[in-house]
Amino acid sequence: MSLTYHLQIVNLLAALLLLISFAMLSQRRIAGLITLFAWQGAALAASTALVAWSTGQHHLYYSAALTLVLKVIAMPWYFFRIVKKLDVGRDVEPMINIPTTMLIGIVLVIFAFNLALPISELSGTVTRSTLGIALATVLLAFLMMITRSKAIPQVIGFLAMENGLFFAATSATYGMPLVVELGVALDVMVGVFVLSIFFFQIRETFDSLDLKHMEKLKER
Amino acid sequence: MSTGILLQLAQTLLAILLAPLLMGWVNQCRAWLQGRSAPPITQPYRTLKKLFHKDAVIAHNASPLFRFAPYMIFACMALAAGLVPTIVNDLPFSPAADVIALVGIFALARVFLALAAMDIGTSFGTLGARREMLVSFLAEPALLMVFFTASLISQSTELPIIVQTLAHQEFAIYPSLAFAAVAFWMISVAENARIPVDNPSTHLELTMIHEAMILEYSARHLALIEWAVALKLFTYSALGIALFLPWGIAEQGDISALPLALVAMVAKLLLGGAVLAFIETISAKVRLFRAPEFLGTAFLLAVLGMLIHFLLEV
Repeated sequence: MSLTYHLQIVNLLAALLLLISFAMLSQRRIAGLITLFAWQGAALAASTALVAWSTGQHHLYYSAALTLVLKVIAMPWYFFRIVKKLDVGRDVEPMINIPTTMLIGIVLVIFAFNLALPISELSGTVTRSTLGIALATVLLAFLMMITRSKAIPQVIGFLAMENGLFFAATSATYGMPLVVELGVALDVMVGVFVLSIFFFQIRETFDSLDLKHMEKLKER
Repeated sequence: MSTGILLQLAQTLLAILLAPLLMGWVNQCRAWLQGRSAPPITQPYRTLKKLFHKDAVIAHNASPLFRFAPYMIFACMALAAGLVPTIVNDLPFSPAADVIALVGIFALARVFLALAAMDIGTSFGTLGARREMLVSFLAEPALLMVFFTASLISQSTELPIIVQTLAHQEFAIYPSLAFAAVAFWMISVAENARIPVDNPSTHLELTMIHEAMILEYSARHLALIEWAVALKLFTYSALGIALFLPWGIAEQGDISALPLALVAMVAKLLLGGAVLAFIETISAKVRLFRAPEFLGTAFLLAVLGMLIHFLLEV
């Protein structure tokens, strides 16, 4: 352990990111899920800003600010509004029960850590050891998308996956070029808007946001 | 050496005497947060005094084990309180047991409590004992995992060395300990029969765990058990402080640091008690069948802490 203090804090935030991913996996309510997503965004923004400060990479400040505005303030607010409008704040029924999901989650974490170990050897950045955590966050978000049947948790899972990818980019390569990051942010935002239009459409058609109903849409 | 033994005695006595005070503080905080008028902080002492002055009533078919168990439970908890460094680190008594033996001491007390609960043969006692065993057999591996995470950092399972590594060497942030701390919190809540796993102030047959086991006890036996419960809460708090907030615990032979250590200890306990009361107030008691999920999460967090240690801190 010869890292400086702010890099140790980056490590701590990385661990926090993973913790929040697990909390999201175990969360039964949509409102709680959105709050956790906002916290994840906050941890991500803080760690990005810290990496920017400790390495002098100025464009990372912009991406930290972008994360803060978009993922901590704008999107959670928007989600809360949708939930209120659609009146779907009740419990989310996961497809697999939560303890089993958590067990699968820990297997995924071990898998991700092992997978990231040789990759992080290749990377030259000071924060490379957090690559495993970033990968684990992506896989856990993916697991959440698989195990939830309602539409909003699935979209939040998708966004959490983007958080993980973003963290991987900062930890392994000090972030992508700013143009790419702006593009991704715009894509995600547009994606959320398009998906929210889908929410309303799905609800109008099936009277519920449960995506299981969509399995009926088969050609005979 | 003789000062060491004196300090050891003083620390153990202090733990035994202060334990009901911590209980009183938690109850007071809880009452404040719930908008009730709070009982005085010395209420647990008064309860203990009242109980010690009563005559004990024991069922006809009680075996000697039933009379013996409260003393055994109290002795176990007093021993555990003596082992955990609260004010001074590395006292002469502490090499007697490492963290794994400490878990064993807690287990011994629990076995006696469960056996005594089943001894009379009432349905409540048996029910409580079974539930207690369900909760504790899930909590114990998680507790061990928490200790292993701390041991991996300090390369030792001896509590003094763990405290020494964390408190008195170069300061470092250990993300793995953050996970272990959350897990430890959940375990202590379960082990000390607090909300959300058990409610210490209920006698509702559907929900009670700990209270169901001690229903048959009265007078001095009950007093000893209540005192042991307070002592257990104190020991767990001291353990949590030693593992996760060890700054302020005096090094061995450093007499001048004692007053500061005492003040730090009291401040940390007050804070911990207030936080415990706050969390108890904002959370609801979960159904018994959710308890495995709760403790499974604690185990998972402890394992995650270990994994994080291997990834980030080696």
